Amino acid sequence: MQSTLRAVLLLALVCLAALLPMAASDYYTGLAVKVMIYALFALSLQLLVGGAGLVSLGHAAFFGIAAYFVTLLSPESGAGNMLWLLPGAVLAAMAYAAVTGALSLRTKGIYFIMVTLAFAQMAYYVFHDTKLGGGTDGIYLYFRPELRLGEWVLLNLDAPYAFYLFTLACLLLGWGFLAALMRSRFGAALTGIRVNEQRMRAAGYSTFGYKLMAYVLAGGLAGAAGFLYAAKDGYVNPELLAWDQSGLVLLMVILGGSSRLWGAIVGAVALTLLQEAFQSQDLMGDIAQRWHLTFGLAIIVLVALLPNGLAGLPGQWRQRRQAARIKPSASSL
Amino acid sequence: MDPVIFLIQCLNAVQYGLLLFLVASGLTLIFGIMGIINLAHGSFYMIGAYMAFALQPLVAQYLGGGFVATLLACVVLASLLGYFLEWAFYSYLYRRDHLQQVLMTYGLILVFEELRSIIIDNDVHGVGVPAWLQGTVSLGGIMTYPVYRLFISLVCLLVAGLMYWVLTRSRLGMMIRAGASNREMISSLGIDINRLFRIVFAIGVALAALAGAIAAPVSSVYPGMGHAVLIICFVVVVIGGIGSIRGAFLAAMLVGFVDTFGQVFFPAAAGVMVYLLMAAILLFKPEGLFKQG
Repeated sequence: MQSTLRAVLLLALVCLAALLPMAASDYYTGLAVKVMIYALFALSLQLLVGGAGLVSLGHAAFFGIAAYFVTLLSPESGAGNMLWLLPGAVLAAMAYAAVTGALSLRTKGIYFIMVTLAFAQMAYYVFHDTKLGGGTDGIYLYFRPELRLGEWVLLNLDAPYAFYLFTLACLLLGWGFLAALMRSRFGAALTGIRVNEQRMRAAGYSTFGYKLMAYVLAGGLAGAAGFLYAAKDGYVNPELLAWDQSGLVLLMVILGGSSRLWGAIVGAVALTLLQEAFQSQDLMGDIAQRWHLTFGLAIIVLVALLPNGLAGLPGQWRQRRQAARIKPSASSL
Repeated sequence: MDPVIFLIQCLNAVQYGLLLFLVASGLTLIFGIMGIINLAHGSFYMIGAYMAFALQPLVAQYLGGGFVATLLACVVLASLLGYFLEWAFYSYLYRRDHLQQVLMTYGLILVFEELRSIIIDNDVHGVGVPAWLQGTVSLGGIMTYPVYRLFISLVCLLVAGLMYWVLTRSRLGMMIRAGASNREMISSLGIDINRLFRIVFAIGVALAALAGAIAAPVSSVYPGMGHAVLIICFVVVVIGGIGSIRGAFLAAMLVGFVDTFGQVFFPAAAGVMVYLLMAAILLFKPEGLFKQG
């Protein structure tokens, strides 16, 4: 009963999201696309943080590498073909994830956080210091890729609504894939590794292989988000790989809460909207110029108030209600 | 390579390495003892540099001036700042997991950068080298080397020596070393762990600020100067092994040499060299050169 209710609710939400551009202005449609891209990006990191308990602070590398892949390999005179650009971008991100993952997964805890950060910085400097992608100036993608079979154009992303729906479809596919993955044997093994890796190894699992697989898959999904990002803005620069980008996406996961898969989506929505609100002149007045200050303070306050993230909020409330119920009876004794 | 140029590059490498050591030693102490991932450590370096810039006229007016007086004022103010920050923000993080610490210190970075832009501005500023350090030393006849860079190395070496003495010979050092190897044990032995944490944090902030202040005349002060230092110091700490001062020293020198000579021999790949070094070391020693406890 409850699962049917949830399915209906989810379906209604998806329909509502698909119809949003009909009612909203171009600005809000663009904002919604940005939110969805970051939601997909955050979901990919959620597989590592919430799924396998691996905290990576270098996830932006995969996002940026895929974005650069599309931009560099698209022809300058017309639209590139998504049929190979999208898988190519994802595979490029996965390849970098496989190499760096094999090295960084040798470490644990704080070391892992910092090693992933260092590998992302390495990729950042490749684009920052060399002429490969236009250096610090970045490069432009003049035409959004389209889906072509021979001469036959299946999907043209130039219309805002088409791109919006395509992004939504990618997000839902990514989410569905991860949800199915976490329910599978593989997902159960990952959960086991997160809870107690020693025990999993004693039970005969080669945990390294599982973790590497998760790392590569997460890299690939982040690559898909990077592909969408490049197609959305038509411009990439090295800052896409910078560590504050990795930090931001990790913030989304933490803020949303890593105990549930959808926490990442909630976190991405909340953080992007928060950023947008603090930057808006209409809402904040003159302090919008100084939005880093308000945004930073908001983050600190949220950390203090939400130890389990937004997804943990219902549980937190339930606990408080229970505590309130128990207290009076205890004092009457 | 010409031996004189080689010597100059070596001096540069040593100076850079020592400067990195000052920042990284604080970072590794805070990691090792308090178990906190402090992303805001680079901000303390930035704050030190900006203090050197902003305090110079004030010190000249009220304390009779002098570069050393400015440096001392920076260190004192930074320790007070560290003591306050630990009390106000960091002391809530010990029971939380690493994720929450990353999140909060990220928020602090944003706040520090914006406060810096409000109080000073977003321009690049130069900090003057004091008159008595402006000269150069001649090397091999034609080449010269600025005295101020030698002064940086000297001060860093003095601080490193002082730290070595404090850590190995004093009671505080004993507590810090014990805390790094087993936090729960020393608190159950009756040592006020909260006070120890506060002192260690203040020392870490003071070291980072001193490094920033002393580097300011060479590097000039600019927005975002803390970020680059932070990431490199993470690399240093990882290579050296978390919590190990000795490891941080060795790793800082290694990174200093690899980075400096990387820029000489492979200018195109200079940014990547340090990370390759780290990857190579982690391949053989997944927990750094000197693992603590």
